[in-house]
Amino acid sequence: MVTFHYTVTDPVGIHARPAGLLAKKAKEFESEISIQKGEKSALAHKLMAVMGLCIKCGDTVTVSVSGADEARAAAELERFFAEHF
Amino acid sequence: MLKFYGKGVYGAYAIGRASVFRRSTAMVYRTRITDTEAEIRRLELAKSRAIRELDAIYEKAKSEIGDANAQIFEIHKMMIEDDDYNESILNIIKTQSVNAEFAVASTGENFSRLFAAMDDSYMQARAADVKDISNRIVSCFVEGTVHNNTDDTQIILCADDLAPSETVSIDKSRVVAFVTEQGSQNSHTAILARNMNIPAVIGIGAGFLAQIKDGDLLTVDGYSGEIVVDPDDETLRAVQSRLLSDRHKKALLQKLKGKDNVTLDGTHVNVFANIGSVEHLGAALVSDAGGIGLFRSEFLYLEKSDFPTEDEQFYVYKKILESMGGKKVIIRTLDIGADKQVDYFHMEKEENPALGLRAVRIYLTRPDIFKTQMRALYRASVYGNLGIMFPMITGVRELESVLALCKEARNELKMSGISYSNQIELGIMIETPAAAIISDLLAPMVDFFSIGTNDLTQYTLACDRQNPRVDRFCDTHHDAILRLIEFTAQSAHRHGAWVGICGELASDVSLTKAFLKMGIDELSVSPSQVLKIRDVVRNIDLRE
Repeated sequence: MVTFHYTVTDPVGIHARPAGLLAKKAKEFESEISIQKGEKSALAHKLMAVMGLCIKCGDTVTVSVSGADEARAAAELERFFAEHF
Repeated sequence: MLKFYGKGVYGAYAIGRASVFRRSTAMVYRTRITDTEAEIRRLELAKSRAIRELDAIYEKAKSEIGDANAQIFEIHKMMIEDDDYNESILNIIKTQSVNAEFAVASTGENFSRLFAAMDDSYMQARAADVKDISNRIVSCFVEGTVHNNTDDTQIILCADDLAPSETVSIDKSRVVAFVTEQGSQNSHTAILARNMNIPAVIGIGAGFLAQIKDGDLLTVDGYSGEIVVDPDDETLRAVQSRLLSDRHKKALLQKLKGKDNVTLDGTHVNVFANIGSVEHLGAALVSDAGGIGLFRSEFLYLEKSDFPTEDEQFYVYKKILESMGGKKVIIRTLDIGADKQVDYFHMEKEENPALGLRAVRIYLTRPDIFKTQMRALYRASVYGNLGIMFPMITGVRELESVLALCKEARNELKMSGISYSNQIELGIMIETPAAAIISDLLAPMVDFFSIGTNDLTQYTLACDRQNPRVDRFCDTHHDAILRLIEFTAQSAHRHGAWVGICGELASDVSLTKAFLKMGIDELSVSPSQVLKIRDVVRNIDLRE
């Protein structure tokens, strides 16, 4: 499993549209990708669950990637987070 | 005549006939089924229809509210395909052996309740999206019905709440306002209203729709959030005239936004706004004022039960400067006394407060109050383009003492290692005849003058501003006033200072040309007058 931390800098946080982008991106990989904020976590490809985390600007999330393509997926997701959130 | 109040989400006025929005959502009945596989096929069919509808709505929305706002319908598509959402629907069909419509409706209810319970207004607003997609799928099990109104009256659309897709799919050609019982700032009703430039009032509360019917005459005030049902003639006329002047103002803004305030012969004039609290900053920005020519700092003191601390003041000044984003902000130091009294100052009652211990006279009597304010202002100065001016100056020695106190405040900051801008302009109000008459002596000591015509008139003409019985003797166009203004302008320019007017006369368009001929560099008026004055300035030719 590969994990990384990310602090959201987008002023609106990960609201509906970014969560939609993330869900789409997550489906590109074979690995299971989960996002954890505090006590709660959600699978990245589940739009409503990610929205349910209510991730706001300034929140730090932990992204865990596990599966066959985890190294590549984690690297790409880290770039994806930095670019969109 | 009935009145209701909600939250105005787009400032504008409207008069029209109520059209109560009725949803064609069929009641969803719970029926037992035996063939779950067949039910799931019906579900898939309904979902694919719903997605095709959303594609069409997305295209329509793009042209109506722009791509960024239309993307919510892309999200709706993704929501329909969401794993958890679908799992829940399938689960209900399978475990309860119920029809697919019922499974969709109850899943929609459950998920929207989850969003509604979040402590974030944006996410709460998404509850409406979940309900919306669920309703859409349900309606796709059968062919939908579309009903259209055909007459051409102006319509005020009244609803409990409008789902995003509803705001797009309704016929809006005759809609002049939206009024909803629920709704939030982030709701699509609000976004749509802003895009259509029509007023919207939301959050009126349950019970509103029960008291109106189709065809009722309504007035909508998107600024105050007031809705009047069946208005009387007087109300109707008042809203009508506000509607017209609002339209005129917006048209003027459209015409002037971003343009320079230059007369036909090329003389540049600053048109600034006078404001008295942080809340009015918005009005100044909206009217495209070039800066703040008079920020009355009294509100900091009047709203409190004790002296505002240096930190409290600092944060407010910082906010003001930052909000104006580098535009000039002239803050007038405390002008208390006369008609403005504050209990905790414990001022003795005066026979004649207008001629009493007021403004600068308080600074020199109780320097700590003044120095606290100056330190807060200096500290905030690094966050924008600050000017500071002192009210009620009458003499050279008085101004020297005030400037000495400013220097003390600066030194105190220096000793504490706190930085301040060295670009601050210091100026004085010219509002006593004495100051105007010796303006040639005062000008070398300051960067600018701001002429306060209200007090200058009262003191020059010996006419109490508060006394309506002498109102008719208070001739604001009196030659004495105009000569004092002209001399003040000459004095300023002779010593390299600039000069503005921040009193009522600044917005008297019959004098604008005369003022500019005298060499007035800046006119500071209430936010509502900014555009009018800018328009006048741009049509003046000083060569004539």
